[in-house]
Amino acid sequence: MSAAVQTEDLTVDHRVVDTSLSPRTRLLRAAAYAVLGLISLVWLGLDVDGGTAHLVFDTHTVSLPAKATVIVVGVVLLGIAAWQAVRGFGKRATPWVAGIAFVLFMVAFFCWVSTQGNNPDIDVVGLLQNSIGLSVPLILGALAGVMCERSGVINVAIEGQMLAGAWAAALVGSVAVTWVGLFGALAAGAFMGVLLAVFAIRYLVNQVVLGVVLNVLAAGLTGFLFDAFMQTDSEKFNTPGVLGEIDIPLLHSIPVIGPLFFEANIVVYLTYILIFGVDVALFRTRWGLRTRAIGEHPKAADTVGIKVLALRYRNVLIGSAIAGLGGAYFTIGSVGGFAKNITSGNGFIALAAVIFGRWSPRGATAAALLFGFAIALQNNLSINTHAIPSYFLAMLPYVATIVAVAGLVGKVRAPAADGEPYVKQ
Amino acid sequence: MSATTAETPAPAPAPDTASAKRRSQAWDTALVTVLSFVTALVISAVLIAISDKQTRDSLQYFAHYPGDTFRYAWSAIWHTYQALFYGAIFNPHTAANGTMAGYLGPISETLTNATPLIAGGLAVGVAFRAGLFNIGGQGQIIIGAVFAGFVGFHWHLPAGIHLVAAILAGILGGALWGGIAGFLKARTGAHEVITTIMLNYVAINLLGYLLSVKGFQAPPYGQAIANPVDHNATLPLLLGSSLRVHLGLILSLAAAWLVWWLLKYSRLGFRLRAVGANPFAARTAGMHVENSYIVVMLISGALCGLAGVSQVLGTNPQITSDIDGGIGFDAITVALLGRANPVGTVFAGLLFGALRAGGPLMQQYAPIELVQVIQSLIVLFIAAPALIRSIYRLKTSGPSVGAELAKGWNG
Repeated sequence: MSAAVQTEDLTVDHRVVDTSLSPRTRLLRAAAYAVLGLISLVWLGLDVDGGTAHLVFDTHTVSLPAKATVIVVGVVLLGIAAWQAVRGFGKRATPWVAGIAFVLFMVAFFCWVSTQGNNPDIDVVGLLQNSIGLSVPLILGALAGVMCERSGVINVAIEGQMLAGAWAAALVGSVAVTWVGLFGALAAGAFMGVLLAVFAIRYLVNQVVLGVVLNVLAAGLTGFLFDAFMQTDSEKFNTPGVLGEIDIPLLHSIPVIGPLFFEANIVVYLTYILIFGVDVALFRTRWGLRTRAIGEHPKAADTVGIKVLALRYRNVLIGSAIAGLGGAYFTIGSVGGFAKNITSGNGFIALAAVIFGRWSPRGATAAALLFGFAIALQNNLSINTHAIPSYFLAMLPYVATIVAVAGLVGKVRAPAADGEPYVKQ
Repeated sequence: MSATTAETPAPAPAPDTASAKRRSQAWDTALVTVLSFVTALVISAVLIAISDKQTRDSLQYFAHYPGDTFRYAWSAIWHTYQALFYGAIFNPHTAANGTMAGYLGPISETLTNATPLIAGGLAVGVAFRAGLFNIGGQGQIIIGAVFAGFVGFHWHLPAGIHLVAAILAGILGGALWGGIAGFLKARTGAHEVITTIMLNYVAINLLGYLLSVKGFQAPPYGQAIANPVDHNATLPLLLGSSLRVHLGLILSLAAAWLVWWLLKYSRLGFRLRAVGANPFAARTAGMHVENSYIVVMLISGALCGLAGVSQVLGTNPQITSDIDGGIGFDAITVALLGRANPVGTVFAGLLFGALRAGGPLMQQYAPIELVQVIQSLIVLFIAAPALIRSIYRLKTSGPSVGAELAKGWNG
């Protein structure tokens, strides 16, 4: 970006990120909280008439005085903003504060929505259920992105890998049994991964170009093969069925939590395992240390005897297979059949989640959940109210990502060697 | 193909070795391009054979009559590519009518499809040359089309002035949307690939919103389709009312000439190329790198805006939700195939325009997505010349496209 970056490459830099926030970042964060607070107080607060909001949790309904709640939330948010501006929050506290502020704002928002339309009931659990459902493929795609990019290979082809996975899951699931489709999805994702890895690592093709082209290829191939026989012979090739719901004993009978997390299909449980697995593996194992090393400074890694290219190949394959699994969720995980372009841009939202989550599995998961929530909100609220055009809610993930990469809410830094092919001298 | 391979000239021991070297490199580039195309067609032929039901059925008795399988496969492949040719270049069946539409229809379709592809390819190419990667063609085309379309149906001006105003509005819209990414890159270092991808989706949703708003949406407000553009603001047809090719083609070619001149002869072009080749050296030489990023994204966006203009004022004068028609992404492949140089881009645009034009007629033999497959395979091979060379045992090595772009998110 600048000459400064160039000189930094020459020194071994142990940069400690974010110990003391720059005043600018602190103020910008404070401004973000203040904006949320002002929206609650002024816009929502003035618009809410004195009705009662009904937030429905499963069988319980929480009734809140709409106007009072909105105003209280607005004041609390402004308080958080003031504290952030004057004292700032510690590194540990920041995500919690942000989370609490977000939840508070959503409560205010629900109160407002509840008094807008003719249906005052807001089905919170249903909304969250939808969010998780929509987030699962995003999380898997984002984990795929993290796996590849942490080892230094940019993965813009998440969309293509998911699409291939979705297609193969439907085909294999139809020919064999539904759950075998999962292996089809893993294999198809890995196949796209092989293309990405070989062209990026062996032929040194620019990885962004490559990702874009692979997305077109995946869309073309799956569309072609779908038309060629899955559509004409859909009885035989495009009726994979849907993966059954598995209720985890005991856990699924917990109110609210149970139906949210423990009444789902195998892909969702695999997602839980993968979030945990990738996070632990990346930061607590030898493999993780090596992966991060080849993503940050492949030359140094090579010097200490790490096989840079082999590890990159392996990680790209595993990552792409995970994206393929995410694709399976679209077909055998939900609707039970393939349609052209069924992933409809989710791969790009997953890419946004990778960046918004700063290339960490936890961050990416949180971002994917947030984006899934935004999409669910858009779907659910358009039933309750037309006051906010759903298109603007749909923009949210993308605008948030632009804000994040522009450094408006703290610095976003990719792995140093991300996208740079390694050629042994 | 073997004939062409054999003709590869050994570098002649001419006095001006530099120009001879350049010539042999150009030859090498052309060869790799042609071989990429051929390889893509061969792989696609395999797909056609697989997709053909007759061929698949004959596989069941392959052991007894292997000839059947090959005959059916060959016939499927032949018919598919023939239909592609008929749809894109010349169709003897329609030409038999003797009308001009019969003779020139396919070519007109090719040119019509090539028009926005050329403009979009130039946009991506010019950004390439300055070291930026504009994946935001889709968004810029949409915003360009929205601006042009809005001026086209909302204002009512005399003929001529109205058209110019609508064209300029479209170019301005595209430039604005591209400029955002350039500005963010220059001021905050936000990577243009990320911002342009995100801006694509912002534009798609913005368009979705506009198409649901009265005043923009056409009555009776049931469908997501905008008001039709005034006749005064539509691009005139070039070859009479029976052929779709319109003035946008001339505009795209003029844009190609302008970009060629800009890059080759202007001071700005020199600065952009210098920044693209090595931003650190350019900075040391006193050039304003950040400014160049903004300028090139404005230019790139403006060219995408032109593609949007040709879509909404030429090809289909009513904005719909898929007004960009996948041109934003095809433009990237066009620019790569054209090696980011204006002349190459024009030819690449014509080739991909031909593939798009041939698609509908080809559809009776093979699914239309074959066009996408062929396009992506061509570009995949172009981007990895080493692969093509090893397949065809070529020795010479030239620079690979996009090699100078091999940089990461932080670059």
